[in-house]
Amino acid sequence: MKKKSFLEKAAAVPHFVWMILFIVAPLLFVIYFAFTDSNGAFTFDNILNLSSYGDIFLMSVLFAFIATVVCLLIGYPLAFFMSRLKPSAQKVFVLLLMLPMWISLLIRTYSLLAMLDNGGLLNSLLNAIGLPTVKIVGTRGAVILGMVYDFLPYMVLPIYTTLSKLDVRYFEAAEDLGCSSVMTVFKVALPLSKSGIISGITMVFVPSISTFYISQKLGGGRFDLIGDTIERQFLMNNNKNVGAAISLVMMILILISVAVMNRFGDDDGGELIV
Amino acid sequence: MEQTKIIDLKNISKSYGGETVLNDINLYIRDKEFVTLLGPSGCGKTTTLRIIGGFETPDTGEVCFDGVKINDVPPYKRHVNTVFQRYALFPHLNVFENVAFGLRVAKVKEAEIVKRVKETLELVNLKGFERRSVTTLSGGQQQRVAIARALVNNPKVLLLDEPLAALDLKLRKDMQNELKALHERTGITFIYVTHDQEEALSMSDTIVVMANGRIQQIGTPTDIYNEPKNAFVADFIGESNILDGVMLDDFRAKFAGHEFKCLDSGFEKNEPVDIVVRPEDVDIVDADKGMLKGTVTSITFKGVHWEIIVDIQGFKWMIQTTDYCAPDSEIGLFIEPDAIHVMKKSEYSDMFGDYSSYSEEFDELSVAEPAEEEKTE
Repeated sequence: MKKKSFLEKAAAVPHFVWMILFIVAPLLFVIYFAFTDSNGAFTFDNILNLSSYGDIFLMSVLFAFIATVVCLLIGYPLAFFMSRLKPSAQKVFVLLLMLPMWISLLIRTYSLLAMLDNGGLLNSLLNAIGLPTVKIVGTRGAVILGMVYDFLPYMVLPIYTTLSKLDVRYFEAAEDLGCSSVMTVFKVALPLSKSGIISGITMVFVPSISTFYISQKLGGGRFDLIGDTIERQFLMNNNKNVGAAISLVMMILILISVAVMNRFGDDDGGELIV
Repeated sequence: MEQTKIIDLKNISKSYGGETVLNDINLYIRDKEFVTLLGPSGCGKTTTLRIIGGFETPDTGEVCFDGVKINDVPPYKRHVNTVFQRYALFPHLNVFENVAFGLRVAKVKEAEIVKRVKETLELVNLKGFERRSVTTLSGGQQQRVAIARALVNNPKVLLLDEPLAALDLKLRKDMQNELKALHERTGITFIYVTHDQEEALSMSDTIVVMANGRIQQIGTPTDIYNEPKNAFVADFIGESNILDGVMLDDFRAKFAGHEFKCLDSGFEKNEPVDIVVRPEDVDIVDADKGMLKGTVTSITFKGVHWEIIVDIQGFKWMIQTTDYCAPDSEIGLFIEPDAIHVMKKSEYSDMFGDYSSYSEEFDELSVAEPAEEEKTE
């Protein structure tokens, strides 16, 4: 084996330093705080007391699950439609999809709030044509809508990438063997784009389950999700030990769900972007 | 013997973005025939096949199947099945499921599916491969799965798009024989697309030679070889010396400065024509006894014969002979009347048939087909 040259080693140094400072060290801090009390003494109390947050965990999982399913139902047909377009049109659609991702998540959520609020764009329009105000902000639907709005591109892009790489001849072969266009989607496109679907699900589910901003703004502060709880523990209650414990448990939950998803995609070697 | 026309293409034209791919194609295919569409890259043969399969719609003209116009019938409702170039086997299904695909879509009963898939896999010599993943198969095996996947549906017509192009020479020869045997056993009409003239000659009942979106000639392999219609066909099928000539009268042709007896008639007096002489039909004699006289410029050993390039008044002839001739030696050429074939002048005159720039490497290059022919939108 050829030994790595000095230059090759040196090139990796900045990244190593970065990883240690901003990924490994914070992780260690989280673990440390999770197992200590406010005086720094070792304890399991933080973890054991988490059962009182069970409802919050459950609701977060439920919200994230619904948002992921909605994203998949909207995103898959869109990705399929895009992948069948002429290459020039595909580029336009990808750009349109990416454009909102270049804007900060906070600003996107704020603008959605501005549109949906009681005095917002939507309700002004409704009032103008003589319809009553619809209360959207502060409902469960608004939180899920926000998640879908913010994370939909993360569902569409990996699925689109997988689909657009598929040989057109697979579809032609299916049609040749008697499949109508709808059957072709179910018998060929879906199974062959499994790895894209799994990446998409992971990339929507994980940020949805840990979000705090969306639920605070669009939920009108009425729904506490895990993310909100963690934020409150750290910033308002100044109880970083409980916050760290919740973070740790959530991280483990996410790792488990990612591992389960990976297992599904294993047989076709689907490479995941997590 | 009048057989039914199973497929009838009438005045088919097709163009992509202003470029004409098919120009007024008229072609009918009889039931149970083995028809080969033969031509170089970009001649329109794959497009023709895709029009029959339903993957392309012609701009003008009619596609008829069993006498019924099917221009607007989608592929999944046509009684044809396709063996795709590079197979397009479904990677997420094993061999059995790939072959069973069409039957499952048609909602055939499970017991019957098992029976028919088994029979078809036996037919293509893949017994015992049912549970194998298609991605682990060799090229030849994948090829057989692709054929089985199409045949199991009992199509009336099987379309084969360059099915042997990805295989190596030895395997290609074996598969040629197998395909021919399959055709005889199944009694299904085969429409076969290839750029390989040898494949076409050895397998087909009928060859359709295409170039530039037009049909150049339709005929049996022997017709196409012995009586090519124009310089393109003569050059594309086998080796040919193609010379400018004049038809002096019936059965009298003049070329290379000599008057020859021939078997062709029906031309006008003194009509300029193209003359084809196949390299294997020329006899070599002593220089003073020959009808033509020339100098050997090169000689190559080919195993079965020698290939000689002879310079006769500046025109390079190719001659295949079992006798060795030393380079730079003077030899005489003797040509029997039945070795001469006279063709009308065409747009392809003067484009082919002189071996002055001939080299094998060049020949290989010009025949080799790019992987992606006739891009479709």
